[in-house]
Amino acid sequence: MSSSRATAYGGRVMLVVLMFWTLLPFISLFTAALHPVGTFPTGLSWPVHPQWQNFINAWNVANLGPILKSSALIVLGTVPITVVIATMAGFALGQLRVFGGRAVMLLFLIGLTLPLEGIIIPLYYELNSFNLIDTRMAVILPLIGLFMPFSVYWMRAHFVNVPTSLTEAARSDGATTWQIFWGVQVPLARPAIISLAIITTIWTWNQFLLPLVLVPTNVDSRTMAGALGAFQGQYSDNIPLLAAGSLLILAPMVIVYIVFQRQFIRAMLQGAVKG
Amino acid sequence: MLNSATTSRRPLGAGSTLGGLRTLVRADRARGWLFLLPALAAYGMFVLWPLANSVKYSFYNWDGINPAKWVGLSNYGQVFTNATLYSAIEHSGILIIFFSFLPTALGLALAAFMRSAIAGRLGTVARVVIFLPQVVALVAAGIAWSWLLGYNGAINQIFYAPIDAVLKLLGLGAAKQAWLGSFQFALPGVGLIGVWVMLGFCTVLLTVGMGKIDPSLYEASQLDGAGPVREFFDITLPSLRQEIGVCLTVTMIAALSAFDIVYISTQGGPANQTMVPGLEIYLLAFTNREVGLASALAIVLVVLVVVCIVPIQWYVNRGNES
Repeated sequence: MSSSRATAYGGRVMLVVLMFWTLLPFISLFTAALHPVGTFPTGLSWPVHPQWQNFINAWNVANLGPILKSSALIVLGTVPITVVIATMAGFALGQLRVFGGRAVMLLFLIGLTLPLEGIIIPLYYELNSFNLIDTRMAVILPLIGLFMPFSVYWMRAHFVNVPTSLTEAARSDGATTWQIFWGVQVPLARPAIISLAIITTIWTWNQFLLPLVLVPTNVDSRTMAGALGAFQGQYSDNIPLLAAGSLLILAPMVIVYIVFQRQFIRAMLQGAVKG
Repeated sequence: MLNSATTSRRPLGAGSTLGGLRTLVRADRARGWLFLLPALAAYGMFVLWPLANSVKYSFYNWDGINPAKWVGLSNYGQVFTNATLYSAIEHSGILIIFFSFLPTALGLALAAFMRSAIAGRLGTVARVVIFLPQVVALVAAGIAWSWLLGYNGAINQIFYAPIDAVLKLLGLGAAKQAWLGSFQFALPGVGLIGVWVMLGFCTVLLTVGMGKIDPSLYEASQLDGAGPVREFFDITLPSLRQEIGVCLTVTMIAALSAFDIVYISTQGGPANQTMVPGLEIYLLAFTNREVGLASALAIVLVVLVVVCIVPIQWYVNRGNES
């Protein structure tokens, strides 16, 4: 009895240690961000006079206003289209069981393992031929394609488990496939769709290599993560400012995550295991 | 197959009889392709087509501007003979230990010990916290860790004593240093960032997996007099085959395609000690303008990922069928 209590206690201690280890980078960024600009803080140390205005300075210096807007536009351009076309494809593969569906699914699954570096070079020349380099479209269009493997896979997994009798019943009432999709299936798929939207929003926000290569000079048209890379290049020796800027860029997605943590964690785990 | 479906299509509304319905379902199996097309088009245009072009470029010598010259397999020859390029691939192998093996093994140990703790109220908060690295941009993680691992960083500050003791034992010199700037420790330093990124994901995934194991299995083995260690190897480990497979797959892809963290924290330095294929591809193609060589390395990377993933998937799925 006492040994099992000791195990439980030990488990709790370990959990706290693991939480501290996970939070360490954030705590360290936070204390560094409050030090006077131009000084060299040491590890975890609370400054004598916390410089809260560093966050405002970082916002201005990194020009975060336009970049926040740019990131929002990229998310708005990417996520809705991704979700709609992936839901349609998932419906076709999971409910309508189209001819050749297995082969198509296999084709999408290949994309799940593909590293972005494997296609980034031709993507540059492709978008260059469309005259889209240095525009937000250069991030939006490839991202939609890159999100397809996971998104289609995710939506298919939902539609496979919806009984086909539902579609057949609506059909015998004279509904067209299009009507069945929007009227019956999409409302039922809402939880899966919301999870997908949250995951793709976070992935879009954090995308780095794509904006780095496809939006090489026009930093104000990048995603937040892409802009952070440029900011780091400029202010790498100004730790307080860099730390403040990093925290500002992190904050929106951390808030999204905290609000939707249940859906996000469940979706990441399910998506991974089913894959 | 597609033909027979379209020829037997009937006007809508004729589906009131069972036979008519079946015909309609068959018609759906063809018409469904219209629902599939937008996704396939996006995927084809921005993933499959570039992938095919990567293969094509890899056979050419091209600076991105002037006409390309066919060079056959010589770019691939260079990938495996050029010391810098080859060592980038070797570094990926070392990063797999940090990104994959360590988080999976540590995750297993932590999950086994924390299973009861994580079920409680503390566990709900803990899950949200330890999953956080999955939400944070790797770029930001790279910036934070560059600072943590710096000379004045928190790692030196907090862990000075244990690090000092271990290094003295191994005869590896001074304890306080800028880890990512060190010839010996930069790559393990990048690896440590990988551990941080992946550990929470693996731990939570494995904990959830352990929660699904039938408790009667443990009861039965306890009746047989099995201790906790034997239980772990006889019951826990085999039951978690799928979850372990997922951990290894996800983390290996992350290790092999590492870019953001390295770009931000070390830029491949010092002296190429942390150069990885992802960064090398970027530099070759967009700084050195050696598009063909960069593409060959890109294709090697793609193949490498497949070679690492397929055995794991095979092992996981084999168990499901038997």
